[in-house]
Amino acid sequence: MSQALVDLRAEQLHLPKTSRWCKLAPVFGGLGIAGLLTALLLAGQTTLQHFLFSYLTAYLYWLSLALGGLFFVLLHFLIRANWSVSVRRMAENVTATLPLLALLALPLLLGARHIFPWAQGVVSDPVVQGKAAYLNLPFFYLRGGLYFAIWLGLAHFFYRWSLKQDRSEDAELKEHLTGQMTRFAPLGMVLYGLSQTFASFDWVMSLDPRWFSTMVGVTFFSGSVVAIMAFLAFMAAALHLSGQLRDVITLEHHHDLGKLLIGFVLFWAYIAFSQYLVYWYANIPEETSWYRHRLVGSWQVLSIVLAVGHFGVPLFFLMSRHIKRRPMALLVGAAWMLALHYIDIYWQVMPTIHRHGVHFTLLDLATFVGIGGLFLAVFFWLLRRFPLVPVGDPRLAESVAHENF
Amino acid sequence: MAEYSTNEQLPDEKLWGVLAEFSGPGDIFRACERVRDAGYTRWDSYTPYPVRNLDKAMGLSASKVPWVVFFLGILGAVGGMTLQWWASVVEYPIVYGAKPFFSWQAFVPVTFELGVLCASLAAFFGLLHFARLPQHYHPLFTSERFQGVTDDKFFIAIEAADGKFNLQETVDLLRSVGATQVEEVAG
Repeated sequence: MSQALVDLRAEQLHLPKTSRWCKLAPVFGGLGIAGLLTALLLAGQTTLQHFLFSYLTAYLYWLSLALGGLFFVLLHFLIRANWSVSVRRMAENVTATLPLLALLALPLLLGARHIFPWAQGVVSDPVVQGKAAYLNLPFFYLRGGLYFAIWLGLAHFFYRWSLKQDRSEDAELKEHLTGQMTRFAPLGMVLYGLSQTFASFDWVMSLDPRWFSTMVGVTFFSGSVVAIMAFLAFMAAALHLSGQLRDVITLEHHHDLGKLLIGFVLFWAYIAFSQYLVYWYANIPEETSWYRHRLVGSWQVLSIVLAVGHFGVPLFFLMSRHIKRRPMALLVGAAWMLALHYIDIYWQVMPTIHRHGVHFTLLDLATFVGIGGLFLAVFFWLLRRFPLVPVGDPRLAESVAHENF
Repeated sequence: MAEYSTNEQLPDEKLWGVLAEFSGPGDIFRACERVRDAGYTRWDSYTPYPVRNLDKAMGLSASKVPWVVFFLGILGAVGGMTLQWWASVVEYPIVYGAKPFFSWQAFVPVTFELGVLCASLAAFFGLLHFARLPQHYHPLFTSERFQGVTDDKFFIAIEAADGKFNLQETVDLLRSVGATQVEEVAG
């Protein structure tokens, strides 16, 4: 494919300063600060534990999105993908929110005593005592630091090399940088896999310290990939509908993002059901207790909503290629999945404190808007600051010319 | 210049169609568009490798295989669940591990697998059916030149059974769209 195939018109690679997209960063920044301030005000009327749980739910939602972005970038280089070059910059922008998320993790780390039962002074439960070698605060902080060191390091280097390609005019250097990222991707993927698995053990599974499941890491991973695919598909469709990037992110890319989205929706369902099936069969009290809370009263309703909404509906909605190739329909499907992903996280975290039923509060909304606003402010600020696609990537031309058979 | 060769003087009822040879993917792509626009329906193109978007140039409608796969996949899944319900609730109810007779959780893996099995069999046989395969004989096999299709030659064949078919006009059309060789094929 020749370079001439790529229409490198400036307005297709940078957002015009007058575009509405450029005004989004301050809007979301304002929303984020307002959300966090509201959350702090509301926190005065409730317990610190409730505030921290709402915060944890919102935090895990946006963290899973950022980690999904990291996975997307690593996977792109790991398998030497061509088609995804033109959507990679958006994923890179998502990973660039990780420093912000590291900062926003501080309340959780400082308030760990109020979130995790194993961290609350003297533990009387012999099962939890047996896990003390792993579940203790110093080691917990050390691990948290290690996870963020890995994530920030990976996000930083892959983003920096990609931007260096953008600025470079030297074709040899560009090839060299792509080769370098391709060589680092396998190691990065291993580090990513281990760190996000243990992070989900620490921050999701240990909320119920008696309970254990080797599936938690994969469950969190599957949810986070659904989130990033939905986010990228949403952004691609929204940019298309607003007339941006139409020649660079084509319907073929929409189609592929949609395919990956439905693929990971199926993967999520497969993983979630596998865990449930094994526990249902064995029926051992310390394993089934986790499901017990989630399968009575209003939590059962939410479980059914999750199964139908996160699996049944998108399975049929996203199946057709006509849906994936129609930006408005893809936008709706992606927005639906982003909403259902929140229910997924909420369903994993919140039953720990609301044992007797779903109790959605304004505080949940405020923390979600707070963290999400800041997250999106960073994302849109970078979207405006740097080219919308990795213009220096030697494979961009192939990506733009990509077509599905 | 295009060369028009007749194998021998074919009586009209023996004529299956005409075969035109093209030298490259670009040529056959443009030729297909012109044949499509001329309104022919009973014709096909033959290439040594898949030429991207040639189906659009030929004006082919979307494949029906996905629908067959979809409905047979659903049928397989529903059938799988029904079979297990019938076996463990109606025909031979046994209590396993104090679980209800209709323990749908335990039936999901088989339901899923049967859905996948039926969908993939539907894809395999559905494709064969719509591609009219297996086909042990085809009139084009009589053409010596046509053997090049597995190597580096590109062909369009228009059947005499086509409503628009007229030997002279069809041959002229194929020549005008860039065929390097045109020959009649016996049926």
